[in-house]
Amino acid sequence: MSYEIPDDLFYTKEHEWARREGDFVVVGISAYAQESLGDIVFIELPKIGEELSQNDTFGVVESVKAVSDLFSPISGKVVETNGTVTETPELINQDPYGEGWLIKLTMGDDSELHNLMNATEYEEYLGQEAKEATEP
Amino acid sequence: MSTLKRTPLFEAHKEGGARLVPFAGWEMPVSYSGVMDEHLTVRKSAGLFDVSHMGEILIRGEEAERCLNFLLTNDVSRLTDKKALYTVSCYKDGGSVDDLIVYKVSKSEYLLCVNASNVEKDFEWFKENSRNFNVAITNESDNFAQIALQGPKSDEILQPLTNIDLASLTSFYFNYGKIGSCEAMIARTGYTGERGVELYLAPKDAIYVWHLLLEKGGALGIKPIGLGARDTLRLEMAYPLYGHELSKTISPIEANLGWVVKLKKGSFIGSDTLREQVEKGTKRGLIGLEMIEKGIPREGYPILDSNGKKIGAVTSGTFSPSLNIGIALALVDSRFKDVGTEISVEIRGKSAKARVVQTPFYKPN
Repeated sequence: MSYEIPDDLFYTKEHEWARREGDFVVVGISAYAQESLGDIVFIELPKIGEELSQNDTFGVVESVKAVSDLFSPISGKVVETNGTVTETPELINQDPYGEGWLIKLTMGDDSELHNLMNATEYEEYLGQEAKEATEP
Repeated sequence: MSTLKRTPLFEAHKEGGARLVPFAGWEMPVSYSGVMDEHLTVRKSAGLFDVSHMGEILIRGEEAERCLNFLLTNDVSRLTDKKALYTVSCYKDGGSVDDLIVYKVSKSEYLLCVNASNVEKDFEWFKENSRNFNVAITNESDNFAQIALQGPKSDEILQPLTNIDLASLTSFYFNYGKIGSCEAMIARTGYTGERGVELYLAPKDAIYVWHLLLEKGGALGIKPIGLGARDTLRLEMAYPLYGHELSKTISPIEANLGWVVKLKKGSFIGSDTLREQVEKGTKRGLIGLEMIEKGIPREGYPILDSNGKKIGAVTSGTFSPSLNIGIALALVDSRFKDVGTEISVEIRGKSAKARVVQTPFYKPN
């Protein structure tokens, strides 16, 4: 199965994405992540002003059957959260890279982006995960 | 790691695009179109479930009824031919071996449908404790496939395909007939709360019946359903699931299943303990709860009283697709069992308000 993996984003091993927007970074979860979780029915996001370090958990996403932590792709301060997705979490399923974005952070150390995967690397990473899952 | 068993419908699940997961030693479909969609499909139309992983144990002999009344908590002597009942099987200390359905085929033959994860355990337990009875107990699990057809449109889909009159097949009755060209045992039982049937088939016929029902029911909106929605559907009905609401350490009395514990029928395994539990009450009991504040209660989450003291834990919890809120079954201190009691669920270190409610959570039309 193939998933949409936009070229201009950076990805974590936990399937969050990060998009550089000037001095800020917008964060969400990948198409693969939302598809694996299934119908998303609950989302918990951090408070504005919270300081996050790279790999910190910043919230929780829940589908009918599963609970999953959200990990921050970079260090930064939360300047905005997507209030629409807390009310209508299904937006994350419908549009994970657009309307389903989760938080916006200040961009601290932009070298941290290079700890993340680019689209090509993430695609390979998903391929490996799929392979491991089908091996006995 | 041992290899997972596959039901006769495995290829149909793969072709149908199901997501397959290990469950009780079987490779089973957890979802097809998504838990939410599948759940609502069963509530408003009809869904098809592969439940071939369930175990079937046959007990035969002149003393079958007496034997079952010793092994089980419910009173099997109340059954007429082609009638079924729900029951628990207990240990001496009142803990539960399993919960199951007993189908009375005839005076000397009963079919027991048991949980997939408990087949071997139950079979050994029944054999071991039936030595004083003139019966033959056999594990027939490999000789049955099982398909559940559940939802308000079930009869409309199945009736044109069978010679059994479904309108006269009432709750917990069953009969033998044909589905298309295949022999089947058709039972008015299920695990969703909706009108529906469970079909007991020869494994070789399962694929044919599966495709026949999907094809003929297509216009009425039938869809294949995975174990994910099976769980949310049963939870909305507050039906217990072994390993959660019932276990070696949870008695049917604690699980609010006193209605299947017939103490008047005479002595049976566990009857002394269960009688004491009924007479003296139990320290803990099962409740249904609905979230007042946002959040989804999950298995193992602590239940707190208004002072933040732990009074129990969630045994099964989910987001309810029909009600759009978090619901759960929880085992709590019996002093907090009254409907309307405000309690809290500790969700990731934070407490969220909830309320004890009447079950079932959802009432089908």
